Amino acid sequence: MTDLSPLDAAGVDAAVEAALAAFAAASTLDELKEARLAHTGDKAPLTLANRQIGGLSPEEKAQAGKAMGAARAAMGRALAARTAELEAERDARVLVEEAVDVTLPTSRQQPGARHPIETMQERMCDLFVSMGWEVAEGPEMEAEWFNFDALNFDPDHPAREMQDTFFIDPPSSGLLLRTHTSPVQVRAALERRDSLEGGRGIYVVCPGKTFRTDELDATHTPVFHQIEGLAIDKGLTMAHLKGTLDHFARALFGPDAITRLRPAFFPFTEPSAEMDLRCFVCGGDDAACRTCRGTGWIEWGGCGMTHPNVLRAAGIDPEKYTAFAFGMGIERTLMFRHNVTDMRDMVEGDVRFSQQFGMEI
Amino acid sequence: MPKIPLSWLAESVALVPDATPVDIATSLARVGLEEEGIHGSGVEGPLVVGRVMSLVKEEQSNGKTINYCRVDVGEFNDPEGPGHKPDNKVEYPSSKGIVCGAHNFVEGDWVVVVLPGATLPGPFPISGRKTYGHWSDGMICSSRELGLGDDHTGIIVLTEMGFSASDLTPGQDAIALLGLDEKTIEINVTPDRGYSFSIRGVAREYAHATGASFTDPAGLPVTGAAGEGFPILIEDEAPVRGNVGCDRFVARVVRGFDPSASSPTWMKTRLEAAGMRSISLAVDVTNYVMLELGQPLHAYDLGTLTAPIVVRRARPAESIVTLDDATRVLHGEDLLITDSEGGHAERAIGIAGVMGGALTEVSSSTTDVLLEGAHFDPITVARTARRHKLGSEASRRFERAVDTALPPVAVQRAANLLVEFGGGVIEEVYTDVDNVPAVEPIEMDTDYPSRIVGVAYIAEQVMDSLEQVGCEVERDGEVLIITRPTWRADLEGPINLVEEVARLQGYEGLPSVLPVAPPGRGYTHSQLVRKSVARSLAEAGLTQVLTYPFISEARLDEVMLPEDDVRRDVIRLANPISAEQPLLRTAILETLVDAVKVNLGRGAQDVALYETGRAYLGRLVGAIPATYSGTSITPDDVEALNEAIPGQVRRVAGVMSGNKIAAGWDGHATPWKWTDALAMVEKVERACGVVLEISNEVGERQSTAPFHPGRVAIYRLEGQIVGVAGEVHPKVCENLGLPARTVAFELLLDPLIDESEGVLVTASPVSGQVLAKEDFAFVVSSDVAAGSLVDAVISAGDGLVEDARVFDVYTGEQIGEGKKSLAINVRMRDADHTLSADEVLEVRNAIIAAAGEKFGAVLR
Repeated sequence: MTDLSPLDAAGVDAAVEAALAAFAAASTLDELKEARLAHTGDKAPLTLANRQIGGLSPEEKAQAGKAMGAARAAMGRALAARTAELEAERDARVLVEEAVDVTLPTSRQQPGARHPIETMQERMCDLFVSMGWEVAEGPEMEAEWFNFDALNFDPDHPAREMQDTFFIDPPSSGLLLRTHTSPVQVRAALERRDSLEGGRGIYVVCPGKTFRTDELDATHTPVFHQIEGLAIDKGLTMAHLKGTLDHFARALFGPDAITRLRPAFFPFTEPSAEMDLRCFVCGGDDAACRTCRGTGWIEWGGCGMTHPNVLRAAGIDPEKYTAFAFGMGIERTLMFRHNVTDMRDMVEGDVRFSQQFGMEI
Repeated sequence: MPKIPLSWLAESVALVPDATPVDIATSLARVGLEEEGIHGSGVEGPLVVGRVMSLVKEEQSNGKTINYCRVDVGEFNDPEGPGHKPDNKVEYPSSKGIVCGAHNFVEGDWVVVVLPGATLPGPFPISGRKTYGHWSDGMICSSRELGLGDDHTGIIVLTEMGFSASDLTPGQDAIALLGLDEKTIEINVTPDRGYSFSIRGVAREYAHATGASFTDPAGLPVTGAAGEGFPILIEDEAPVRGNVGCDRFVARVVRGFDPSASSPTWMKTRLEAAGMRSISLAVDVTNYVMLELGQPLHAYDLGTLTAPIVVRRARPAESIVTLDDATRVLHGEDLLITDSEGGHAERAIGIAGVMGGALTEVSSSTTDVLLEGAHFDPITVARTARRHKLGSEASRRFERAVDTALPPVAVQRAANLLVEFGGGVIEEVYTDVDNVPAVEPIEMDTDYPSRIVGVAYIAEQVMDSLEQVGCEVERDGEVLIITRPTWRADLEGPINLVEEVARLQGYEGLPSVLPVAPPGRGYTHSQLVRKSVARSLAEAGLTQVLTYPFISEARLDEVMLPEDDVRRDVIRLANPISAEQPLLRTAILETLVDAVKVNLGRGAQDVALYETGRAYLGRLVGAIPATYSGTSITPDDVEALNEAIPGQVRRVAGVMSGNKIAAGWDGHATPWKWTDALAMVEKVERACGVVLEISNEVGERQSTAPFHPGRVAIYRLEGQIVGVAGEVHPKVCENLGLPARTVAFELLLDPLIDESEGVLVTASPVSGQVLAKEDFAFVVSSDVAAGSLVDAVISAGDGLVEDARVFDVYTGEQIGEGKKSLAINVRMRDADHTLSADEVLEVRNAIIAAAGEKFGAVLR
């Protein structure tokens, strides 16, 4: 076989045709590489023909150079096009081959969770903070003065015995585990009373842990949580108390929540009321309802207008300012809102309970 | 709490026609009397009147004699003919066959028969059954079986109970006849409403709730005249909190009543329904009047008394045997009723307002009775009842304050009943020692209730409400002058009157107005940081739990606290729920470990928990300053109170056990390790915005317990220990039943949060220059702390070292005994130019020199 001459136009065309055919025939990138080496490599006829150009006359050089340039360009285009096609095919195939089963378990670290009592407390506080209220806190082991005396509990009044109190030993220490978060109301009022003179009302909520000597059962726990609210300002009335509770109830239980106030007694409020919610289960339509015992209402918390003696204890003039207060159990709220049926689930520390709620509530 | 039989209530107030017990309870709740339960007698029919037609005594092999009775129960009779098998061999007239073991009745007697299908209190369902060779269709009932008293000596014979035979018919419903259809509502009386501890008070409240007409059962006339009756003296030489123990004492004699007379059935039924037992006519009458009017009464056997009766405080070491036959050693504050047997006021015959004495109680032979109706100081009674753990029906009423006008009326009512059912004569002249001070009027602006409640009441509404509750109201322009009724001692000031107006006008009329608070300052730094801490730990895979803070004495030993450890300054509860756990935790970990066990016990293998909360620590500094009831306290007082409250700093603690990363299809398990405990502390540090000093050194009275002494990090902030993390001591794991190599941490949060309060980050510019990296492998003595070496490396860089991190630790033969190699990666960068090779080399040499100088480190 003689070498192809760069001046052999038909021969060059044929070689180009053969190259293009070989590129097109290559079905993989490897075959394409072989075809490329065969048709454009050092020993390919066109490459060898190209080398002959150096020995040609100037006129022939020009003609041959042009022909060879066109041939290389045609092959280069075809090669690039075919390479792109084959690479695309390969990439698509790899993506298919690399597919995984996404239903396999992925995270092997157990997720953590907040306790719903804490997140519920935070949610309640968020609501009040958004209304301009502040969150006040105080000690759990408390002076009897703050827990009772300042709250208008006479030392001999039977009301002191309504609350089964944990006392610190010896009893002469005057210390106890607070039975409600109300002592924080007094502390908050004492700390903020100067702002009243500046025309700025006191609006605080007091969340926290509280203690009473109840045995643990499905509905009682000796350690529980409350959120209390206290508002002191000029001209506050029971209507403002009702308005605040309605807003609170609707924020937690939805726009259809219905509330009711009913006369009650607490030493630290007068007038006092229990706050009831319309029964979630029967809506008041089932005389045999077990949740509300047929009354149509379930008790959510206590409230009232802060007793003038409590304001006096905090150094606030009850002739100038009026105040209202309310208190709800966090556990009780969780029971209503999330259908927690047994108090023990909230206190035993089984992670499965907290994990149902995750990070928010 | 009081149980109110509805028929009794209906005697004083017109119940709304067709009102069900639930309706009545709902009405009472409207004005503040919460229902605690609705009760019936527990008897469901058929319970009928029967007449004994025949009675055959049959001796049994067990020595007992039973009666086989044929009883006429009217429409419930079996038809005439053979009896039910095995009594089917005899023809009987229309009747029922019943076997009865009692013997206090004869043929022709009227009895009470419970028939198959009925239920007696228990509940005890009745059915026909074969017994003693007969078929018995139910029972002939005793009082006790019907819940009508303790009498079980025989069955009820209706004519002996006071019923007339002419009013009785076989088959007649005995439930209504005996008052067993009575429903009672149990109500919760709040401590301010002592007067609701009576039919009288509840009836008045029902009238307030519904507008029904009220007839005061205390409205009866008092006959005779107060004067020189049985001599009574009040000699209180030690009033409690300035209150004389007794300010009214009425004593009245009833002579010649029949001691064998029994209480009428309706009275017994009502006493039982109200939760009291029928004892004897005299006692039943005093109890009945107490339930009806709210005035506790006492009946003495006049024959056992020696005049005068003296009310005085107990003397040192004095004692009394009370009605319950218990001997009670008295306290100087206890108020006594004494008589003068053995000398003036020598013999204690009762604890005033709490319980009578055994010596002078009425007996089965008493014919002359002295009735006592007195008013005692609520505080004295409350303290005595508490001191002797002797809460009684009387003390419950006195400590909530009883109507001071009641004593003569209640005594009259009791005397009337005694005479009606026991005969005898009420003495004309009675004693009434009355030192009750006049009720002070209260002045109130007519618009005060509106200002507090937020409803625009007109003056007439205010006056009307107050008059309804029994106040006398005079109007002087815009001021009302109000005199409270004697039965409402709780109406102490205008604010109490506001509540009366509000509740009588109805809480349901309150408008709902949301007040606008002034713009607030949002959460405090501490609140924000604590939320961030809690959240970051949950996101790191820990689950938050809240454990009780109570621990046992043994727990301190189980966690291996040395005797002198500061955590032995433990705080004790005076009245723990469980005697086993009388102490408050001194660290959260002491109780958090129990939650780990709960989870392991329920099948969990990998448990990672945390808790935020408080522990309680410190010595009690002594008595808290005295009370300041009703008055303001100074900031100094508040400080003194706060000083006296021991430490209860907020903390966070975590425990991790088992695997951090579980084994899976794509990899092996990774256990929780001590490094994870320390990493959790780092998360808390980041959330708090502080960096703590870390070492393994403990301080005075401190120990590494409950941690592994070689695998524990002690954290300090400005020299004070604020936390600890590491591996739990193997022995503690064993003591507490925790898996080996459990890891844990506990940090004080408050000091960390305080440290970053108000601290603002001053931002440094971020350099865009090219980073230079250098690695070092230093050989040091094995006791050199890697952290210290890294600190030295950073400071040697003179501001050019951006970060230095140990990426390998190697020990082995190549290094030599007692030595280790620490490989450190150092990143360097300057703010304004790219470091040249010479500059990098200079830093490198400075690092090598510093490491060599401070730690004897040799470049490997």
